[in-house]
Amino acid sequence: VIPPVLLDVAPADLLAARSQMAFTLGYHIVLACLGVGLPALVLIANWLGLRGDAAAMLLARRWSTVMAVTFAVGAVTGTVLSFEMGLLWPVLMGRFGAAFGIPFAVEGLFFFLEAIFIAIYVYGWRRLSPRAHLLSGIPVAIAGLGGTFSVIAANSWMNQPAGYVLGPDGRVASVAPLDVILNRATFYEVPHMLLAAYMVTGFLLASVYARGLLRGHTDRYVRLGFAIPFTLAAIAAPVQVFVGDVAARSVFIDQPSKFAAMELITTTGPNQPATIGGVLVDGKVVGGIALPGLTSLLAGFSPDTVITGFDQIPVDQRPPATIVHLAWDAMVGIGTALVALGVWALVIRRRRRDYATARWFLRAASLAGIGAVVALEAGWIVTEVGRQPWVVYLVLRTSDAVTRAGGITATFAAVVVLYTGLAVATFLALRTLAGRWARADAAAGGRDLGGGDTDESVPYGPHRQPDGEPRA
Amino acid sequence: MTAVDLTAITLWLGVTAYAVFGGADFGGGFWDLAAGSGPHSHRVRDLIVNAIGPVWEANHTWLIFDLVILWTAFPPAFAAIMSALFVPLSLAAVGIVLRGSAFAFRPVAGPRGQRVAAAVFGLSSVVTPFFLGAAAGAIAGGRVPVGDAAPDLFASWLTLTSALAGILAIATCAYLAAVFLVADARRLGQADLERYFLRRATIAAVVAGAVTFAGIGVLQVDAPALASELIRAGWPFVVASGVFGLGALVLLSRGAPLGTRPLAVAAVVAVIWGWGVAQYPDILPGTLSLADAAAPPESLAALLVVFVVAALVIAPSLMLLFVLDQRSRLESHGLETTPRP
Repeated sequence: VIPPVLLDVAPADLLAARSQMAFTLGYHIVLACLGVGLPALVLIANWLGLRGDAAAMLLARRWSTVMAVTFAVGAVTGTVLSFEMGLLWPVLMGRFGAAFGIPFAVEGLFFFLEAIFIAIYVYGWRRLSPRAHLLSGIPVAIAGLGGTFSVIAANSWMNQPAGYVLGPDGRVASVAPLDVILNRATFYEVPHMLLAAYMVTGFLLASVYARGLLRGHTDRYVRLGFAIPFTLAAIAAPVQVFVGDVAARSVFIDQPSKFAAMELITTTGPNQPATIGGVLVDGKVVGGIALPGLTSLLAGFSPDTVITGFDQIPVDQRPPATIVHLAWDAMVGIGTALVALGVWALVIRRRRRDYATARWFLRAASLAGIGAVVALEAGWIVTEVGRQPWVVYLVLRTSDAVTRAGGITATFAAVVVLYTGLAVATFLALRTLAGRWARADAAAGGRDLGGGDTDESVPYGPHRQPDGEPRA
Repeated sequence: MTAVDLTAITLWLGVTAYAVFGGADFGGGFWDLAAGSGPHSHRVRDLIVNAIGPVWEANHTWLIFDLVILWTAFPPAFAAIMSALFVPLSLAAVGIVLRGSAFAFRPVAGPRGQRVAAAVFGLSSVVTPFFLGAAAGAIAGGRVPVGDAAPDLFASWLTLTSALAGILAIATCAYLAAVFLVADARRLGQADLERYFLRRATIAAVVAGAVTFAGIGVLQVDAPALASELIRAGWPFVVASGVFGLGALVLLSRGAPLGTRPLAVAAVVAVIWGWGVAQYPDILPGTLSLADAAAPPESLAALLVVFVVAALVIAPSLMLLFVLDQRSRLESHGLETTPRP
């Protein structure tokens, strides 16, 4: 353990630095999810389109435009995070960059690959052969997987630091790169995040088309626009429950203080209840519904499982419990509801009813996107706030890692203004696009299955347009 | 050659790639801003947007690549740079966000949104290289202290050297962009735009060259250690830069035949490598050597593996992108945009 350095950082600056990091990461993670999920969805639609489904082809083209915009915004907000690693946390990077940096270097490769092939794919609709064009999209989807793996491996390392030896000067003296990348937390954090990315993208996109269906647009274009992303997300959701369960049990073993905060465990012992809702006031749980023995049962498959409570965690090593607990409840609750939504869709299907007219189902589905994003943010609050007061678990305190440059309050305020503007601009741009597409469809007297609003934007040139009526 | 040197050289190759390719994209923004509202301005802007569109994200990735190499291979240097240059690098990050997102929104926005996006894109394309250049000037001038102490937010970079480096960065970006845009206009058969950028490339070449060589005088006053090392160790690169730059200027005056772009790039690369050689073997001149800042050998070995993979996978992919782009196989009509009203 590195001895704390003399704290000469104003508490307001530390709070501002943490808030700025949380805000920019929480913002970027939504775009990062789209960067992982959208290529997969675009490729599925493109593939269906090449098999003759004109509605799927139109979706692929339009989604790829959305992907181009969100990828660009994600690329620059991700760059901000790279800068912030040093601007806000120079001590973390200065002391541990030699170990912690390695997964980021691997990520650099995947990001490069993604940036190159997303450009070829997005700009290649007209003049590449259909086959070459589809193939050029595959590295984008793969790079999304690899990028997630590397970045989440870095975050896992902050939770379960491994693969390095400190020298007498407090700097990293030797490194085992594979142990850094494949630390204990990598195995559950990476699949958890990947599934989250598919869920967020799938449910977000599906909720857009759910609204279209609710408004009575039930042609094949809207149905596919709902069905492709919803299916992907609904498959990911139950798997996520299993992965999340494994992750929670691992946190119970690996990070007792985080687990105590998640479950509001105050006193060490067996038979710990699971508390739904509730807050911690003066060390006591207030409110909430306690389900007796459930936390012990889930953590160790037996009510006798002993769980560490805050009484055995030094006061200066406890994370803020209430926020972690409520975020945890929100994530688990929403995740469960999203699984139920998938089951609902299955029930509708088994009863041979048409989901496009199942209004209550569609209303629920139109909220699923927002729900998935809230669950995503809640999950990040659990892992990041739950790790406090450490930036590297049990090794480096957040307060010791922060920059000594003053004035972070000012930069945080500026970042909030900038990113709010960015969110508004992104929303306006996507709305303008949607309006333009709607006008193009209206002008084409139905759905503009020719491929766009200008005669020259037909995919693969005028002679190679995949023929075929939409299959009903 | 040690692993430290090899890593430092790779880092410098990455910095060079970002300066040349990322720089040319920033320069595109400069010319977008300078296009004003004259008769050609719409077509000038379309040319710039089409030239940058397919490649800017890949070119931008060099910056990420450089940052991760720096923090993994030379962590204390990264921490020191990010602390001392908190202000200019924060401003550069803001500029990067504005530039990238404005460019992305531009083709999909409505007419009024397009005007706003174009203005933001142009301004941030000038501001960002200025602050990145100012930060580079602070490093090269030996003004970045080592350690975790509370930094002076302004002392390191409110200097003549940083001002010079910032202006040089803008001029270099504009120069490279103009030279590249001459070729792009020719490729697309737009003879008037070819002449338009030929004239601007010539002016930018003279300005960038003048700033570079006048700069050596500024450095002798403001950063004498850097100036003397530039002359002692870096002189072949300084001379080479002058020769390549003059060569490029001559070719520009003859209508920019094949070979102009490589010469112009070589002139810029020579300046960057002259700087690198001048501060070798330090990463922070006078205060921190590459060897003292270096991560343990295993970290450097991991990075070298990453570099080999990059050479085997990323390099050919980048080539594919550039070849497709230069053969006009990529076009922004892939984006579903409306033609300008």
